[in-house]
Amino acid sequence: MTSSTTSGARETLPMRDDSVPSWQLLLTLTVAGAIAGLAVVTLYDWTRPRVEAHKAAVLREAIAEVLHAPARADTLWLSNGKLSITRPTGDDAKKAQRVYLGYDAADKPTGYALQVVEPGFADPITLLIGYNASRRELLGMKVLESKETPGIADKIVLPSFTTQFRGRVSPLTGIKRDESAKMASDRSAVVMITGATISSRAVVRGINRTIAHWQPYLDAYGPAGGTSHDTLAAGGKR
Amino acid sequence: MRCHAAPDIPGRPMPTATEDFVRGIWKENPTFVQMLGMCPTMAITNTVKNAVAMGVLTLIVQFGSNVFVSMFRKRIPNEVRISTYILIIATFVQIVDIGAEAIMPDMHKALGAFIPLIVANCLLLGRQEAFAAVNTVWRSGLDGIGMGLGFTLGLSTVGTVREILGSGSWFGIRVMPAGFEPWAIMNMPPGGFLGFGLVLLALAWWKDRAARRAAVRSALGRPAATTALEEVTV
Repeated sequence: MTSSTTSGARETLPMRDDSVPSWQLLLTLTVAGAIAGLAVVTLYDWTRPRVEAHKAAVLREAIAEVLHAPARADTLWLSNGKLSITRPTGDDAKKAQRVYLGYDAADKPTGYALQVVEPGFADPITLLIGYNASRRELLGMKVLESKETPGIADKIVLPSFTTQFRGRVSPLTGIKRDESAKMASDRSAVVMITGATISSRAVVRGINRTIAHWQPYLDAYGPAGGTSHDTLAAGGKR
Repeated sequence: MRCHAAPDIPGRPMPTATEDFVRGIWKENPTFVQMLGMCPTMAITNTVKNAVAMGVLTLIVQFGSNVFVSMFRKRIPNEVRISTYILIIATFVQIVDIGAEAIMPDMHKALGAFIPLIVANCLLLGRQEAFAAVNTVWRSGLDGIGMGLGFTLGLSTVGTVREILGSGSWFGIRVMPAGFEPWAIMNMPPGGFLGFGLVLLALAWWKDRAARRAAVRSALGRPAATTALEEVTV
């Protein structure tokens, strides 16, 4: 065998007469790719408005919940180091951080809705909090997304956990269940969930971090910044 | 262009439409017999609702890609068939993903990353290679629906065990007595293995019992081998 190769007397292998020319292989893949692309992009464009509308509705509902049904809410964008009601143009609009400012029927600001994203035990936990910046007081809390351990740490979405945040003062501190008597004297205390300490601490940490990040911008922002919130003083009783 | 092998073994009668359809549901059930698509079987069967949704989405992809692969089976050169099949499957998965997000956003969110992962379900490419590439559109379509239904059946069976034990409910309806303490582990990934294992155990026990009964029956000289036995001896 080897000798025949070295001597150069090779036997030609029988060529497959049914082999497909390369251009045809390329054409097959190109056509398939083009059809696939067209189908996917068409469907995407067609369904996008519906998906966006649903996302907006979910967000609106969450804002209404944490700010206790404001008459309306404005989106404020963070651009060039300060909050502004005008949407940044171009690429910045997608990347810009934003908060939502709720107003009551008399057009007085009632509080901000801030989004919190904090790594939990499994995946990032996403929350929305209602926040009165001048009184540093939480108005409400809602878990938007959590993949925490089912049956144990997913209790962070239950009202028994979330409702206690209302009226608490930032920065929050997590306390154990058997210390829950402290809730009355310490307005920053929230009771952690037994067996889900990591998840509940992540919630508290995330809220504190988010408020610390936003507080200077909220203070600097005119309409609802450092001034007192009469509407809240009246309505925000605990 | 190279032709694919003949679809059927010479001498064997052509399978009927019913056989094409039923094959995936029972005799070659993707979950319990072929043991394909284990990733969604473990991951997405914590509730029956999730299991059914995942099964139906897979059914749509399986049916659509079976029909397409079969339709173009004589036009797709053998040399690029894997790329083309995967492209067809991936396109259907993308369509199902976008469609699910628009039609049932909550379910889309619950299934999360597992919808895109349908692309990697070996059941799909397996059926293209083994069936759709060598059979007519009609038969491939039936095969796709059958396999999809079989997969849905498999997932929802595991989902039934997991949801009843893990949440005390079935399809969201409470079925266990009020005093029942749910087994949290059944909702977690290990519960996937436990639930699947329990179902396989039950099936194996049942098949074994049926075989033993048949053996006794034939030993006694009675007419043996019921059709039921043939069905379970998969």
